[in-house]
Amino acid sequence: MSSPKKPALLSDKKLMAERRVPLAKRHRKDRLFRFGCQVIASMSAGILAVLLIAIVFEGVGALNANFLSGAPDPDPSKAGMFPAIMGSLWLLVLTMLVALPLGVAAAIVLEEFRPKQKILRRVHAFIQLNITNLSGVPSVVFGILGLTVFVSMFGLFGNERDPLLETGATYVDQFYNQGDFIIEVPIDDPLAPETIPVSGMTVYTHDGVAMELNLLGDDDEWPEEESLAKRSLYSWDLPGRNKERNWWYFRLPFGRGVLAGALTLMLVILPIIIISSQEALRAVPSSLRQASLGLGATPWQTVRRVTLPAAFPGILTGAIIAMSRAIGEAAPLLMIAGIVFITRAPSNLMDDFTAMPLQIYNWAGRPQQEFHDLAASGIIVLLTALLLFNAIAVFLRQKLQKPLS
Amino acid sequence: MTPSKSPADSVPESPARGTLRGAPSRHVRRWKERGILSLLNGAALFSVFITLAILWVLGAETSNFFAQEEVTVGEFFGTAQWNPLLGAEKHFGIWSLVCGTFLVAGVALLVAVPLGLVTAIYLSEYAHPRVRAILKPSLEVLAGIPTVVYGFFALTLITPALKSFSDGFGSFNALASGIAVGILILPIITSLSEDALRAVPQSLRDGAFGLGATRFDTSFKVVFPAALSGITSAVLLAAARAIGETMIVALAAGSTPKVTMDVRDEIQTMTGFMVQMALGDVSNYGVEYYSMYAVAAMLFVLTLAFTLIGSWIRKRYREVYD
Repeated sequence: MSSPKKPALLSDKKLMAERRVPLAKRHRKDRLFRFGCQVIASMSAGILAVLLIAIVFEGVGALNANFLSGAPDPDPSKAGMFPAIMGSLWLLVLTMLVALPLGVAAAIVLEEFRPKQKILRRVHAFIQLNITNLSGVPSVVFGILGLTVFVSMFGLFGNERDPLLETGATYVDQFYNQGDFIIEVPIDDPLAPETIPVSGMTVYTHDGVAMELNLLGDDDEWPEEESLAKRSLYSWDLPGRNKERNWWYFRLPFGRGVLAGALTLMLVILPIIIISSQEALRAVPSSLRQASLGLGATPWQTVRRVTLPAAFPGILTGAIIAMSRAIGEAAPLLMIAGIVFITRAPSNLMDDFTAMPLQIYNWAGRPQQEFHDLAASGIIVLLTALLLFNAIAVFLRQKLQKPLS
Repeated sequence: MTPSKSPADSVPESPARGTLRGAPSRHVRRWKERGILSLLNGAALFSVFITLAILWVLGAETSNFFAQEEVTVGEFFGTAQWNPLLGAEKHFGIWSLVCGTFLVAGVALLVAVPLGLVTAIYLSEYAHPRVRAILKPSLEVLAGIPTVVYGFFALTLITPALKSFSDGFGSFNALASGIAVGILILPIITSLSEDALRAVPQSLRDGAFGLGATRFDTSFKVVFPAALSGITSAVLLAAARAIGETMIVALAAGSTPKVTMDVRDEIQTMTGFMVQMALGDVSNYGVEYYSMYAVAAMLFVLTLAFTLIGSWIRKRYREVYD
């Protein structure tokens, strides 16, 4: 059409005739589009199918009991992801312990305690906008924030090796005697000089069993009997000082430990929990609140005994969705922990850790096909966990949801 | 008995006087209530505190970065050569990282916008409820898959497939990661656009049908324009997500920052650089270390801009029907 486009006015007969498209043609176009739509829309289901099939095909071979209970290993046939599974579990529990109360509390304020004054309403609107924007911040930026705030704490408390505050660590002087037994002497002051073995002093095995030291002179023979050899030292044996961390070990700054990772993940999922809890609270009919207030309950009593229980299934579903986000999130953890070779589960809050997505990233990034197979097996484990979460969420939603109005 | 005491305090035995037997007095209750409310308010303010912490950390460390003598603001924003780690002379020109980021995000949007919009129109205007019941959950599952899985997918499935088409593709390339990011943001675009399309009142569709329009005409000439603001904001949010996506590009896009439009090339994105820095053991004080914060600040500003423009468009240009 050469003429500039004008609205086809019903009065303009000539233009109407020019623009008229036969009905049959329009119907053909419609059918064609519907067909195209069906093809494209089924592609999303197709992508999902291809992805799952490819991963199962590649990963199911390496999936066995050893894979779940073993530790990472330079030899791909022996490698497992037990430390990663335990790391993810620690992270998940710690993250939810902090994020759930904080998130639900914030949602309650935003939904149930809307202020009447104009200026406070502005503050509320600002907080709401802020939460929306936080949910759009890339998770890797939260990782950087966690690196500065939790790992090094702005450098205010010294560094990981020389922390300002440290509790829960016990120091021992450790001897390896001639019979390759370990003998330990607990130390109160980490700066004290090395222990000089004295005959008859109380020493411990590595497992903490107390015993009496048997000090041998320079000319003495090494005892044959094992019970004696276990607690024997030559007077010239020298100890090495070891730091042993109890499960309540704690330090400032947190360092690259599980707690720092969990708090960083908390930053990532907090907006998700707030927004989903808000939706759950909003879905509670206001007649319930009004009835409670009308019976003389205070606003907080109303929230605690009426609104919150009614919104509980929705909040729980949102929390589980946030959990599945947390368990799959890799980028912020990568900033916090990096890729480290770890063969055991974390044992305290400050312990080094790895997590399932980190382990998968580590394996996927290697050039050898065997490691790619391991990564695929890891993905199967991760996706199974996610599927489990989602199934629980669906189940809870159907089981707990009662009609409220 | 002083007048300030409430009657309930003075006659605790009588349940008829406003408070139940054994329940705390009104005075105690009010203070408890206030205490709880301030705790809750603290939780709400915590989110503001997080934003302030992000701004403070990024701002402070970025100014530290520009305070180093190896780098100037002009070089950072004015040049496009980025090699802070290797070579005798270090260069800090952000544009090669920005270019890589936009290349990947551009490919992702080219994949996800047409597919996502068509799927959204199909779901909202055409699909039989039974088809919806299959498609919606499968999109939700796609949205819930961790990004590291998509990265693995890009590296081990998409890249070999591309290589079999053309020899020009490297083991790391922008196209494979772009396609994977596109699959990642597809559910976001679809579900947000579908929400926008469904929010268009049925009366508009009925009007169009009444005038003899086919479903296709109605969808494209009536419903789509009416939902355009919501759809635009969906695309912008998805773009922000694509720009900030980390694991896919860290696995599949490579680590060579360069200005290129060739999708077969190995590139590096801003997020990819941050991961590279986090993995390498760089000292905590060098200019390389601070450059990570400068890149993070740039990333934060870019994604925030996309998010804010998106929500502004949705509010400002929303068609309101009654």
